[in-house]
Amino acid sequence: MAQAYTPGLKVTPHTQHRVRRILPISGTVLKSVGDRVRASDVVAETFMPGNITPMNVANMLSMPPADVPECMLLAEGDTVEDGTILAQTKGIFGMFKSTCASRAAGTVETISNVTGQVIIRGTPLPVQVTAYVSGEVVEVIEGEGVTVESDVCFIQGIFGIGGETMGPIAMACENPEQELSADRISDEMAGAVIVGGGRVTGDAVRRAIQIGAAAIVSGGLDDADLRDILGFDLGVAITGSERIGLTLVVTEGFGEIAMAERTHRLLASHDGREASVNGTTQIRAGVMRPEIVIPLPEGSTPPESDNRATEGLLETSTPVRVIRDPYFGLIGRVADLPAEPQALGSESRARVLTVTSADGETVVVPRANIEIISE
Amino acid sequence: MADSSSTPAVHTPVDLDRINVILATDCGSTTTKAILIEKVDGEYRQTFRGEAPTTVEEPAADVTMGVVNSVTEVGELAGRRLIDDDGQVIRPATETEGCDLYISTSSAGGGLQMMVAGVVREMTAASAKRAALGAGAIVMDTIATNDKRLPHEQIQRIRELRPDMILISGGTDGGTTTHVVQIAELVAPAKPQPRFGGEYRMPVIFAGNVDAREPIEATFDESVELSLVDNLRPTMERENLGPARDMIHDLFLEHVMAHAPGYDKLMSWTNAPIMPTPGAVGNILQQIATQRNVNAVGVDIGGATTDVFSVFDGTFNRTVSANLGMSYSISNVCAEATLPRILRWVPFEMDERELRNRVKNKMIRPTTIPQTLESLLFEQAVAREALRLAYVQHKEFATTLKGVQQQRTIGDTFSQEIGGQTIVDNMALDLLVASGGVLSHAPRMQQTAAMLVDAFQPEGITTLAKDSIFMMPHLGVLAQVHAEAAVQVFERDCLIYLGTCVAPKGAGKPGKTCFGFQVSGTSIDTTGEISVGELRLLPLADGETAEATIEPARNFDIGAGAGKTVTRTVRGGTVGLLLDGRGRPLDLPEDRTACRQAVTDWSNALGLADLARLN
Repeated sequence: MAQAYTPGLKVTPHTQHRVRRILPISGTVLKSVGDRVRASDVVAETFMPGNITPMNVANMLSMPPADVPECMLLAEGDTVEDGTILAQTKGIFGMFKSTCASRAAGTVETISNVTGQVIIRGTPLPVQVTAYVSGEVVEVIEGEGVTVESDVCFIQGIFGIGGETMGPIAMACENPEQELSADRISDEMAGAVIVGGGRVTGDAVRRAIQIGAAAIVSGGLDDADLRDILGFDLGVAITGSERIGLTLVVTEGFGEIAMAERTHRLLASHDGREASVNGTTQIRAGVMRPEIVIPLPEGSTPPESDNRATEGLLETSTPVRVIRDPYFGLIGRVADLPAEPQALGSESRARVLTVTSADGETVVVPRANIEIISE
Repeated sequence: MADSSSTPAVHTPVDLDRINVILATDCGSTTTKAILIEKVDGEYRQTFRGEAPTTVEEPAADVTMGVVNSVTEVGELAGRRLIDDDGQVIRPATETEGCDLYISTSSAGGGLQMMVAGVVREMTAASAKRAALGAGAIVMDTIATNDKRLPHEQIQRIRELRPDMILISGGTDGGTTTHVVQIAELVAPAKPQPRFGGEYRMPVIFAGNVDAREPIEATFDESVELSLVDNLRPTMERENLGPARDMIHDLFLEHVMAHAPGYDKLMSWTNAPIMPTPGAVGNILQQIATQRNVNAVGVDIGGATTDVFSVFDGTFNRTVSANLGMSYSISNVCAEATLPRILRWVPFEMDERELRNRVKNKMIRPTTIPQTLESLLFEQAVAREALRLAYVQHKEFATTLKGVQQQRTIGDTFSQEIGGQTIVDNMALDLLVASGGVLSHAPRMQQTAAMLVDAFQPEGITTLAKDSIFMMPHLGVLAQVHAEAAVQVFERDCLIYLGTCVAPKGAGKPGKTCFGFQVSGTSIDTTGEISVGELRLLPLADGETAEATIEPARNFDIGAGAGKTVTRTVRGGTVGLLLDGRGRPLDLPEDRTACRQAVTDWSNALGLADLARLN
């Protein structure tokens, strides 16, 4: 039987999920192996070296750089406050002295006799890392962070904006095709992860921001709406640092497209449960997709299922979705996988497959233009 | 501490007269490509090629596995055993096995990423950037005292970046040291971290004022590996990029490559140092331009980036347009160029809302390919704008040195020329070479030629070619060891000649005469006239040449001045002789209907697509 491999997004009702929560620089780990943590718990913290303020004392006091060290009232390592006098000229016969005050609080890091520059290092900046997903600490990486493990329902989206957030799941659409419009979002959804169906409208996103929702998860989004929400035309799919007021995850793509039926069903089965959502997307080497992680109650048992979607095995009868025009969004099953490349409408030659949809429509598409979906 | 006299890794010298079989690999981010070059009837020819997935990432985490796989494929095709039972490349060559020379390039793991710094953005910082780009690096950011950022913002940026190495320049030899030391004082406390973690110290190259070396050494502590090389701008009038480029290559091998999985092994296999892929491409283009005494431009358009290389009057320049590409960066091309400008090149109406969604869907699923003709023509329209923007950036970067004092005579009184003029001159351009998916894999060669001409707008008489199987990186590193073999293969197997473009510079009223032509060769003997706005394709097969006499109208210039006739030998190719009367700069009609009609006419004239199928 003909087979091929294609990548697919991970959508699984039950998996053991491990997440490493690491500080950007070494610090203190606050949890131990075996500790149960909630998603919002701080697991490690540290202090980043403070910001730097360079001050050209030679210019400020109109003196040669070489004279700066002897005019300094403070030495390297001394603490300064904003406004503290750093240096003073000798003046004329001890009079008419000029002074130079620090523009920042912190410590004197260096005094240069070449450039006349004094560098003030600001007070250290606290950095905290939360658990992000509720679970158990199974590993402590000394001075760096922890690994949290939990049994979760795990869903990857295709594109997102905004960083990590969490909240209870609130279903706003009854079926995966239904458009998520503003009138489906109520005040009770404040702080929630709102789950839509098909396309989410720009007005719905604005309404969700207004009521203070944590996140929106829906099938599609119009690019024109994305531009309005962000305030600029997104050029490169490297996201996660946006601050629009919530995290937005699109599970299928841009335009009018229904959420995969299985994804919608899974999310609906967890209505009201806490979910952790991260919109960070990076489509480059080392691809990152947005995710929805729902910790399961203790003692949950994994349902029986095959993992074909995650393995990416493509064979006849595999359920697939076409991900490019002219059949974008069409769902069906692989009917045939011819080995030889065929001429496309564009006149290029490529390996293709035949897909038959539920209503019996049969189309031929390049293998590069489909993705496997789970049932 | 290293200095400019430090020696790179030693490679065994080879006797060039005894080389009959050459094996070359290029380890890309996703694919490792191997080619075999053999001496056939006294000439070097590329004979077989193979490819395999690159194995830098887990679970293999050893680049040599991908190399061995691709070389094995070549060996099987060639009927020549190239890898022995211990997994080593067999050398020297015998009748049935092995090779005499093995060389490699690499861009795996994102290639070489650098940060550069200089005192003045347009002067020493620009020279430092040229040195880094010429060495094949991606320049992540350029720090300068006048880059319009406050010092703390610059420091914050340095802290955020994780480059493979840093190049600092500034000041002319014997000049003031203050400003360049100030730059070092910004870099040092920021404590930049190398991209591949804390296993090695951040390499920092100082290529500025020699008098500043001592204070620069005092500024940096033990956390960095400081190397001192000759000033890359010893005087305002002169750039000396060689020592800095060599040091970048050495550090690339010693630090960056040595920490990539399996590279220590690969380095011990090769007969010449491994080069960053774009550095090797630039190398071969330079070699060819010098040898043939021509001006050349090469372009490589990928999914994320577009590289442009140029050699004009022996001066080499390379730019990387980091966010102009056909998949990962397609949305950025649309954002920068704007959809209306892209749609100028499309000969039919398209719904803007739907198009925007299609572009974004390509960005998030970058491996999809156009299935319909409509979709293909839209992507080729995007490619035209991506190439145009990348070339604009290249022209802005490839300039004469800024900051040079010029002696002026009374005759220059009204001349506004200053330093910093672009050296890219489309009228002087002789050879334009295309590579990269959208150009290489276009179903019709005419489409490749049309994309090149529309985007680069060559003036005068220009030969068009494409890299057959992206062989330029292999030949670039081969040129370091065996220039003759590299040039022979480049000429015979690397380039597919598309033909020649004849395009006078100037503007005129549509329908009026742009130029008259007479073309005579073994298979062609024709005369005629091209009107303003017209495109015509004359058949001139690959391997053929013809004598072309072009008589431009008085407001058009084909290279000898307005209205002056030029006779030149023109080269044929898979497309032919393209006579372009659209004028330069190439302006498309503002009115959408007129524009669509013009693009349709051009498409029909060149046989770009069967547009009737769309109706």
